[in-house]
Amino acid sequence: MAAALPLAVLLLLLLGPVGGGHAEPPRDTLREELVITPLPSGDVAATFQFRTRWDSDLQREEGERITLEKDNCHLLVSHYRLFPKALGQLISKYSLRELHLSFTQGFWRTRYWGPPFLQAPSGAELWVWFQDTVTDVDKSWKELSNVLSGIFCASLNFIDSTNTVTPTASFKPLGLANGTDHSFLRYAVLPREVVCTENLTPWKKLLPCSSKAGLSVLLKADRLFHTSYHSQAVHIRPVCRNTRCTSISWELRQTLSVVYDAFVTGQGKKDWSLFRMFSRTLTEPCPLASESRVYVDITSYHQDNETLEVSPPPTTTYQDVTLGTLKTYAVYDLLDTAVINNSRNLNLQLKWKSPPATGALNRGLVFAEAPPVPFLYAQRYVSGYGLHNGELNTLLYNTHPYRAFPVLVLDTVPWYLRLYVHTLTITAKGKENKPTSRPPAVLLAPVGEPHIPTARLPLLSPSVLSALVPSVVAAKPVDWEESPLFKSLYPVSDSSSYFVRLYTEPLLVNLPTPDFSMPYNVICLTCTVVAVCYGSFYNLLTRTFHIEEPSTGGLAKWLANLIRRARGVPPL
Amino acid sequence: MGLLSDPVRRRALARLVLRLNAPLCVLSYVAGIGWFLALAFPPLTQRTYMSENAMGSTMVEEQFAGGDRVRGFARDFAAHRRKSGALPVAWLERTMRSVGLEVYTQSFSRKLPFPDETHERYMVSGTNVYGILRAPRAASTESLVLTVPCGPDSTNSQAVGLLLALAAHFRGQIYWAKDIIFLVTEQDLLGTEAWLEAYHDINVTGMQSSPLQGRAGAIQAAVALELSSDVVTSLDVAVEGLNGQLPNLDLLNLFQTFCQKGGLLCTLQGKLQPQDWTSVDGPLQALRTLLLMVLQQASGRPHGPHGLFLRYRVEALTIRGINSFRQYKYDLVAVGKALEGVFRKLNHLLERLHQSFFFYLLPALSRFVSIGLYMPAAGFLLLVLGLKALELWMQLHEAGVGPEEPGGASGPSPPLLPAQSVGLASLVAPLLISQAMGLALYVLPVLGQHVATEHFPVAEAEAVVLTLLAIYAAGLALPHSTQRVVSAQAPDRGWMALKLVALIYLALQLACIALTNFSLGFLLAATMVPAAALTKPCGPRPLYATLLVLTSPAATLLGSLFLWRELREAPLSLADGWQLFLAALAQGVLEHHTYGALLFPLLALGLYPCWLLFWNVLFWK
Repeated sequence: MAAALPLAVLLLLLLGPVGGGHAEPPRDTLREELVITPLPSGDVAATFQFRTRWDSDLQREEGERITLEKDNCHLLVSHYRLFPKALGQLISKYSLRELHLSFTQGFWRTRYWGPPFLQAPSGAELWVWFQDTVTDVDKSWKELSNVLSGIFCASLNFIDSTNTVTPTASFKPLGLANGTDHSFLRYAVLPREVVCTENLTPWKKLLPCSSKAGLSVLLKADRLFHTSYHSQAVHIRPVCRNTRCTSISWELRQTLSVVYDAFVTGQGKKDWSLFRMFSRTLTEPCPLASESRVYVDITSYHQDNETLEVSPPPTTTYQDVTLGTLKTYAVYDLLDTAVINNSRNLNLQLKWKSPPATGALNRGLVFAEAPPVPFLYAQRYVSGYGLHNGELNTLLYNTHPYRAFPVLVLDTVPWYLRLYVHTLTITAKGKENKPTSRPPAVLLAPVGEPHIPTARLPLLSPSVLSALVPSVVAAKPVDWEESPLFKSLYPVSDSSSYFVRLYTEPLLVNLPTPDFSMPYNVICLTCTVVAVCYGSFYNLLTRTFHIEEPSTGGLAKWLANLIRRARGVPPL
Repeated sequence: MGLLSDPVRRRALARLVLRLNAPLCVLSYVAGIGWFLALAFPPLTQRTYMSENAMGSTMVEEQFAGGDRVRGFARDFAAHRRKSGALPVAWLERTMRSVGLEVYTQSFSRKLPFPDETHERYMVSGTNVYGILRAPRAASTESLVLTVPCGPDSTNSQAVGLLLALAAHFRGQIYWAKDIIFLVTEQDLLGTEAWLEAYHDINVTGMQSSPLQGRAGAIQAAVALELSSDVVTSLDVAVEGLNGQLPNLDLLNLFQTFCQKGGLLCTLQGKLQPQDWTSVDGPLQALRTLLLMVLQQASGRPHGPHGLFLRYRVEALTIRGINSFRQYKYDLVAVGKALEGVFRKLNHLLERLHQSFFFYLLPALSRFVSIGLYMPAAGFLLLVLGLKALELWMQLHEAGVGPEEPGGASGPSPPLLPAQSVGLASLVAPLLISQAMGLALYVLPVLGQHVATEHFPVAEAEAVVLTLLAIYAAGLALPHSTQRVVSAQAPDRGWMALKLVALIYLALQLACIALTNFSLGFLLAATMVPAAALTKPCGPRPLYATLLVLTSPAATLLGSLFLWRELREAPLSLADGWQLFLAALAQGVLEHHTYGALLFPLLALGLYPCWLLFWNVLFWK
């Protein structure tokens, strides 16, 4: 095998100039997708996904490059077509196996919006698997975060040893992997990171069509940042090139999710159109894309009789079980000339129609019913008051009628927030469990009423300084189907090796830091003065003074008087 | 210190203190009272100013214009409330959801320790409704609260209307960085307390309530709103919270800024702001406002729902709409605009409000007295106790030598040690008995209410109040019972030692109180100090007794009530005053149990026993 490989490369090199770039079937493909999901709350979510797949083993050929460089040969790997060079070089330089980076502004409200396709914590999140050939993981991690910081104009350079963790259970590789040694995993969250256009622009530049054609024309910054949730992500991982998995390909997913607010953007109506959301319409697919599709979730799951009407009518529909519920999607294929040619542009419109019986008064207005509750969601808060103690509570709600879910909880707590782990309690079904050895591998059992288990962690806490504490909840549902659109993000080879991830809100904890301001100084000075005065006064008041007659003297006194007389000073 | 350790000078100084004690005491007391009265005058009052940079530099443009919406919501709310007879929870939920809030409810119940006659309730239960406006592009780490209390007697429907209209307006804006919680509580303050306890997941008052389903991070500030009509002539601001806690002065400054900007008339304690500070009239008017604030703060009760937020370090104030017979009237749009401005500025906050003062007195809305300037007033009053204690200490110590004996070389005073030991032993009994009396005063009324109702034809609330008074009065009979216990070995020394202990005890208590709640400390010092200083078992005893009774904590409460109504320009008749006094006693006990107010235990366990010691001194044989 080892001997065969250089031979194969050599062969390719020889064939390269002969075959020419065009005759050879492209080794990289781009698929772009947009999913529009009307949310139960009346808002609308739009999720973009740009998938670039490159049938090239970057790292191995990178290794070859070094040996071949001497021959001054033309290198396959230096020729990037669709795959962004900046990221490709990163993979080979730092020997990455997987890279997941997300920038999120806002918080996905699982309770009201339902489970998301891909969840991300508020702020910036970066987790990376390194190849097991990397000797100094921490050094690579540090350098990588600095490079990424430059690429995405973000403050990822603030990732250091104080906020980096190596999770041992909650994270598993999402791509092809032979075994999981967690010492090659690094995970960090920067909850304070603010996401803005300066992060969006470099992200857009990684797209093959940039924002010139295809679905990416909709990515107009001023509209994307007029939303209540914005999350952009980059996922790189190795996948199987063919069904037998003899060689690997690299997959880059760039995803972007936004939630448009029915009240802020939609003036209280839940009728949406592409133009209303993005102030653009679709005119053409990206010419480099091999697949360009728009999906609209038209599942009717509301209790009231309103129905969703989509115009223009879809050519095909697609049905699949996504996150436990059967969903129906209307599919628009932009490569299908009929979709765009009819009107030269595609402006999808979503209208809610209610039968006349319910009255035309509320038509199209956001409904006033409580939204359906998702199976699994989490809540987190600080309890207690004052600065001497407090508790962190994480509530997990399982509303599934009969199923229990094993849950892994990962909490990243900054070093300056001291938790007393011995006070950790886990309450499920109203019973309190003290974790025996290592904490949380707890079975979340379903009960009729929603809020069951809490993990309480009292803490030594604080004042103006505030700490943002994010938390990741990873659940492993047994038979939940993945979204068809994001199917290949989770490995299918091993059914137990993927997770549904929930992120809770970050917390603001008050720490008892002294603020060296006026009141503090006043208190310090006053206490000092009082202490000094008290000591002296107490001493004086309790002590009795006696005047002692000086003893009749001695040699010393006689000598002293002698000297005094000589100086002309009255004697003692 | 060198001055005092020199025996000759020490003796001279001691003689000075002893000889000039009475004039010094009078001078110090007068200085204290005078200083306090001078607080309302310009050199001591300063103009308020905004300390928080995040709220100061930029002005916001208010766009709220939902006058019809306010009236519509208020009308519907009042109609639904009348129909159901309680808080229309379902209607509120529906309406809040329709304006785009995340809506949650919380039910609570509380059995009061005894029936509340003032609010006519005993087994209280209710439901709080709150809607959370989720700030776009924020992760729910911080929030602001707008709350409207709905009590059994105050419907507050206009305030609910304004709250809903503001929620609808706020919901359409993109600029929010903090979540905003719109909270409507039932059973006014009890509902607020239940919600706050549930939000912070604690239980300090024995409230039973359902846990909250929705939270929005750490609450940074809260505004409570009470309106009684569609038009208001002025807005009154209440700042005094539970146990005399005050919100950060910047919050008040912020509100005042927007009142000025919108041309709204704002009052403090129902009093207009004096315009002319150069003549005497302005400061005199300010003095009345100041006195009202001192009385309100000293009472330690929350003067509005905001008072309960302060415990959780949430800066809060209550705004009350007042409709009187002034000619300038504002509709609710003007109030809404002011609130919008306040919330938008609070939205800018990057840190908790901490830049400005937490301890202050307000002679007017735009003037304040800082802690450094008002503390000397209390200091002077406490100095009287110190001087008296010093005098007694010296007399006790040098009794054998005699204060008049010329200083100089005399040996150690031989009777010192035996005298001291006798004094201390004789003190144990009165101290213990008076403390036990205080404990009885604290525990028995509520504990024994059922026994009392069985044997006497009174209701529970009456029973509690009458038991309180009975135990209080029974304390006056104590000297006769303690006399037998106390050995009459050294009669003069006995009462001196007792008075010395009582003086130090009183001074310590008052100093501690004045540090946390200046108003209460000052009020108690101003009344109790003269009697405490004068009391002795010789001289005009009936006069001293009258003075002591008139300055006992209960009498202070009664007097404060009369003064308060007088300053409010609604003088009380004697009978009304007595009724109000009884009601205030019941309320005081009740507030201790329901909100954790500390005035009742403080008086019962601290000051009343201390006062009994002085009573003991007076009737020392």
